[in-house]
Amino acid sequence: MDHLDELEAQSIYILREAFARLKKLALLWSLGKDSNVMIWLARKAFFGRVPFPALHVDTGKKFPEMYAFRDRYAREWDLDLRVDPCPPIDSVDPTLPPAARSAARKTEGLKLALVKHGFDGLIAGIRRDEEATRAKERVFSPRGLEGEWDVRDQPPEFWDHFNASPPQGAHLRIHPILHWTEADIWAYTKRENIPIIPLYLAKDGKRYRSLGDADITFPVASTASDIDEILTELEDTKVPERAGRALDHETEDAFERLRVAGYL
Amino acid sequence: MNMILPSAISATPNGTTRPQVRIVIVGHVDHGKSTLVGRLLHETGSLPDGKLEMLKAVSARRGMPFEWSFLLDALQTERDQGITIDTTQIRFRTRSRDVVLIDAPGHAEFLRNMITGAAQADGAVLIIDALEGVRDQTRRHGYLLHLLGIKQVAVVVNKMDRVDFSAERFDEISDEISAHLTGLGVKPSAVIPISARDGDGVAAHTPRIGWYKGPSVVEALDALEPARPAETLPLRLPVQAIYKFDDRRIIAGRIESGSLKAGDEIVIMPAGKIARIRTVESWPVTPLQGPQTAGRSVGITLDRELFIERGDVIGHVGQSPRDTRRIHARIFWLHDKPLSKGDQILIRLGTRETRASVVAIDKAVDPGALSNKETNSIARNHVGEIDISLAQPIAADPYSESARTGRLVIEVNGRIAGGGLVLSVDAGQRAMPIDIVPVESALHGGERSARYRHSGAVLWFTGLPGSGKSTLALALERRLFTNGGSPILLDGDTLRAGLNSDLGFSPKDRSENIRRLAEVATHLARNGHIAIVAAVSPAAADRAAARRIADSAFREIYVATPAEICESRDPKGHYAKARAGRLPSFTGITNDYEPPGASELTIDTSSRSVADAVNEIERMLARTGILFEEVADLAANI
Repeated sequence: MDHLDELEAQSIYILREAFARLKKLALLWSLGKDSNVMIWLARKAFFGRVPFPALHVDTGKKFPEMYAFRDRYAREWDLDLRVDPCPPIDSVDPTLPPAARSAARKTEGLKLALVKHGFDGLIAGIRRDEEATRAKERVFSPRGLEGEWDVRDQPPEFWDHFNASPPQGAHLRIHPILHWTEADIWAYTKRENIPIIPLYLAKDGKRYRSLGDADITFPVASTASDIDEILTELEDTKVPERAGRALDHETEDAFERLRVAGYL
Repeated sequence: MNMILPSAISATPNGTTRPQVRIVIVGHVDHGKSTLVGRLLHETGSLPDGKLEMLKAVSARRGMPFEWSFLLDALQTERDQGITIDTTQIRFRTRSRDVVLIDAPGHAEFLRNMITGAAQADGAVLIIDALEGVRDQTRRHGYLLHLLGIKQVAVVVNKMDRVDFSAERFDEISDEISAHLTGLGVKPSAVIPISARDGDGVAAHTPRIGWYKGPSVVEALDALEPARPAETLPLRLPVQAIYKFDDRRIIAGRIESGSLKAGDEIVIMPAGKIARIRTVESWPVTPLQGPQTAGRSVGITLDRELFIERGDVIGHVGQSPRDTRRIHARIFWLHDKPLSKGDQILIRLGTRETRASVVAIDKAVDPGALSNKETNSIARNHVGEIDISLAQPIAADPYSESARTGRLVIEVNGRIAGGGLVLSVDAGQRAMPIDIVPVESALHGGERSARYRHSGAVLWFTGLPGSGKSTLALALERRLFTNGGSPILLDGDTLRAGLNSDLGFSPKDRSENIRRLAEVATHLARNGHIAIVAAVSPAAADRAAARRIADSAFREIYVATPAEICESRDPKGHYAKARAGRLPSFTGITNDYEPPGASELTIDTSSRSVADAVNEIERMLARTGILFEEVADLAANI
């Protein structure tokens, strides 16, 4: 087994545990490189068929290429796609800095979708190497009744035994690719020939390393025009992956506040 | 140092490969774990652009001197209080390794988070403050490393600047911690004097520690090896789920040890059902050819429809895990309420979940304390040994034989509250209430076997009705007795008249009939007798259950007389009755007999005499260590 085989086997194990232990699951599909890998892993875990809905909590502000990708592959991959809109900006905590406040719409949209569909488990494609508070996450991460993350009291989790009993009305986040890195995602995407949104590849000296809402996401300088070149670029870069995501950088704790409130 | 291993290799884009190793930093609160991690990232050039400036700004905002630990202490409360609350992970590279560094909190309050981090590690760095020396969390973390199965440990003595880089102070601490760890069966790979804040000993040897000749921290990390999947151990495939998305019935799980391939004969524990793997399923390519090895998440289909469920464990015939209802385990406890005798708990072992009760508690101590004062219950953050009685049988291994199927977690109110290692399992034993105390014989096994010239055994004759089981059993009984042995015949029909008179011929009753026969026979075998069982026993699973009960004393003799000859003999008139429709579910004509795949002996009575067959049985018993040799020789001359 090589490194990618090991990552894959662990993710499949986690997805199968989630499917076995929770009653009503959904996979959060943000259309980005990470959640595309996750859908691929789910197809592997369940022998070609994703046995739960793919939920897109739509801010309405994604890039057109992302919507095109969603509509095409939801069909091709035979996904049970659910698109749920986010509420207007007025309903979001006004003390958050502007970009974070904009992103927090997604948290509110997520809460509404949870109530509407009654999911007890949400599969999300976050990774430890993306961001410091995500590095502290559990694979099965309990959320409170309001979707909040109690970082001070996370349950112990070891030997691939997961806490999978959310209190009545609360839900769990399941993170099957928490242990992957950005380079792992690209190496696997290449190996498995998983389709990608072209925005990740360099055009006119710039490319997107991470995709979010069009108005608060910016490209980084790059000449990488295919996955091999992306991987070579990642070997030497000292620019963090989410450098182009404005919401991370407004204040020291902006992202933590978002996550504690239920953001991904 | 530069060894490249075939597994756990990280494929990097430029074609180079390096092993990935996961290392946890543990130790007492404030001894400098997060600082060491920050310094390691800096020294190896692994910090992203702007991070150093951010740390400076964050430190200045709090009116503190530059704080490396703010790099990992990502939560506001962690930075404000200057302590690590939850574990985190960060990556960097050494000359020959991709390292995943796991930072773990040192505060006793957050031991559950330390365990969460440390349980994922291949190796550990235990950090000790040179001024404060070994403290309670140092000892506790050392003990937990041992319980978590982490054998590679490097020790660093930090803050050497605060003891003027004194070699004497270093030696003192080095001796104390080395003795503690060695007592736990862990030998530190290095003990390194450092100043994480200033960088001495981290990546380079500085003049201030000129007296130290061992490796730097980076060199010590380079020497730690990634854990390798246990491919050479017996197969263990805990069942996660059974999927019926299409016309396939796929059993899904991850191979924890060993390997499997299509065509393998497997046994499903704890029920002991036997089947063959028909295909190994996958996506997008299916079926897969060739062996699948430890670490893989797989899906298999079987050659027959069996009841199988999440929590079962698949192994190879003859190398299966034990089925048990009673486990002895060494555990650590994390719940506020101490664990006490009589407590009802939930156990997770592999993918199995079962209710259990704590039957006994032994050696409960605080691993952080210097004295080993034992208590009656296991308090929070303490360790101890427990006997647990399970509500249903499970498949398990001792940790020493199979690490991944020999460890368990304990859940209280839906939350993990503890975990530990299976020290031993009582194979085939039903849970025994505390007030039942079995009385063993006054004689020990050797006394009887010295007189009888044989060991105790269960000889299991299986075969169609009329195949000659009883005839052979009677002849063998006479032969063994003549030679001074102690054979005892257990005939299936005879026992059905008494002990088993409440049982009919449904599959469930047949299983129970076999179980009782096996229990009685095993009791006789344990007391030195040779129990001769003659029973059709058509189900392979029932015979496998009998073999598990009798364990190493079991010898199966398949009386493989052709069916038409059996029917022509019809000694009890059953075939005739069945043909006339007056004997439902009679094995002779319903074709439900499952022939054994690997019995100790196969005999066809249509082609040989009874005496000849008995000779052959005796030779098998001598060959497999039941009959002592000279008796067998004597028998051969009769």
